[in-house]
Amino acid sequence: MVHQLATAVAQGDGGWIDFNVPLLVDRFWSNTVDGLAYGSVYALVALGYTLVYGVLRLINFAHSEVFVVGAFAAYFTLEGLGFRPGPTPQLSTLSIVANLLLAGAVAMIASGLVAVVLERVAYRPLRRRNAPSLVFLITAIGASFVVQQLFFVTRGANPERAIRILRPRPLFEVFGAKVTNIQIIVLVAAVALWVVADGFVNRTRLGRGIRAVAQDPTTATLMGVNRERVIMLTFLVGGVLAGAAALFYLMQIPQGVVYNGGFLLGIKAFTAAVLGGVGNLRGALLGGLLLGVAENYGQSLLGGAWRDVVAFALLITILMFRPTGILGESLGRARV
Amino acid sequence: MALLELSDVTVHYGRIRALSSVSLSVAEGEVVTLIGANGAGKTTTMRAISGILPLSSGRILFDGRDISRLRADLRVVRGICQAPEGRGVFPGMTVRENLEMGCYTRKDRKNVAADFERVFALFPRLAERRDQAGGTLSGGEQQMVAIGRALMARPRLLLLDEPSMGLAPRFIQQIFHIITEINEQGTTVLLVEQNARQALSRAHRAHVLETGSIVRSGTGAELLADPSVKEAYLGVA
Repeated sequence: MVHQLATAVAQGDGGWIDFNVPLLVDRFWSNTVDGLAYGSVYALVALGYTLVYGVLRLINFAHSEVFVVGAFAAYFTLEGLGFRPGPTPQLSTLSIVANLLLAGAVAMIASGLVAVVLERVAYRPLRRRNAPSLVFLITAIGASFVVQQLFFVTRGANPERAIRILRPRPLFEVFGAKVTNIQIIVLVAAVALWVVADGFVNRTRLGRGIRAVAQDPTTATLMGVNRERVIMLTFLVGGVLAGAAALFYLMQIPQGVVYNGGFLLGIKAFTAAVLGGVGNLRGALLGGLLLGVAENYGQSLLGGAWRDVVAFALLITILMFRPTGILGESLGRARV
Repeated sequence: MALLELSDVTVHYGRIRALSSVSLSVAEGEVVTLIGANGAGKTTTMRAISGILPLSSGRILFDGRDISRLRADLRVVRGICQAPEGRGVFPGMTVRENLEMGCYTRKDRKNVAADFERVFALFPRLAERRDQAGGTLSGGEQQMVAIGRALMARPRLLLLDEPSMGLAPRFIQQIFHIITEINEQGTTVLLVEQNARQALSRAHRAHVLETGSIVRSGTGAELLADPSVKEAYLGVA
């Protein structure tokens, strides 16, 4: 990063943290716009962590791989449709929409199925035997590695070259910051998906089943709720949302998907879930968007190398003052 | 034929035997009560009937069919619904949503509105609080939710586990009055109570549980008059 602008030095001369306040001011609005668009990816993935935590009191650390499966699925779909890495082709709007929808649908189905299979293979047998919660953590990490290494072995260590079918084009400006077509699509679609997920959990019979299991599993069973089916449904919903997030991720990152691409993103999405209040659907959305924006501000203020540090420093700071996250844990207690 | 029949039901918590060879039956239209001290196995019996606890041996027949190994959620479909000990109100759901949970397994959605009316007629208080979160209700109101919710399942057999526990005296009277009313409307009731006097005076038949076994059985009136029951459970020397 070029420091042509005046910099404030934190620790006197030769300090190792430079606070580049002018750059932050300069890029404030573009950082905000970019952060919201990228943060909506975190938000959708965070929903998966939060839903599963709500019904099982378990952080599904294999969820990051569910996301990667979605990214590869979207990539292979576009490849299968005849698109190749390189210059973005000229396509009609209809063709772009159709192809994106198709890639998104395949990604959602693939992620949803993998999430359900992971639950069945890695968690259900343990639940049947009443294993302690630490064991679930280990199998989650194990399952995570298995999926990751499958992609490593078959696709190698280098990121795929990105396949693009939609050219980024500025649509309008917010306080001088350009907002692109891609950012609008991603933001609108992510919020729409969140609204659907929220409506599903809060207003449908199956959603009530999810909330019942989250709030009181034994009584839920006494009311005729099949807990195993609710757990499966929860993993499915979380997986489907992660698949959609994967497509939005591919539309925004400079390179293509890579075998371990879920690791950092998964941890950030988990951070977003905790930040907003794990087990809380609104918290996942808020946490995701907030994290996306905050790490952009941090990058401008402190330099690119500090991006991830800012994300986690924010998490630690908020948890020191509000251990339940900004909105608190609520799938289990109050109305979501 | 009995609606519910337990024969030689034995249940263990780990290695500890909580119920040994319990046999009892509930006929259609009856109120049957189980009384006993803390830890006698009353709640264990209820949980075994609902399928939350597995049987070590013995069997449970419902409507003539063996349900001993049937999944708990499917027993609700068959017509057994429980208002559990401690009420089990879903704290983050409104009163209305809690009641909705009672009809989770029901297929006849068109009759649900009428059942809401029935529950609200039994518990006018719940009608006033229908949009309030379950977690913010008083103990008595939560008990109304728990009973009303079980009724929403239109059960053939209603299991009530300690409906008077922790309630103010005026609520206790009201709850017992409503139990009789529910029974008169045609629902068979199996009632577990510590409040033995009230329970016995409203039950057709009753059993006394002591350390996991039934030690006495009879009509409610018979047990009310039984000297040993009087001494142990009715506080009469």
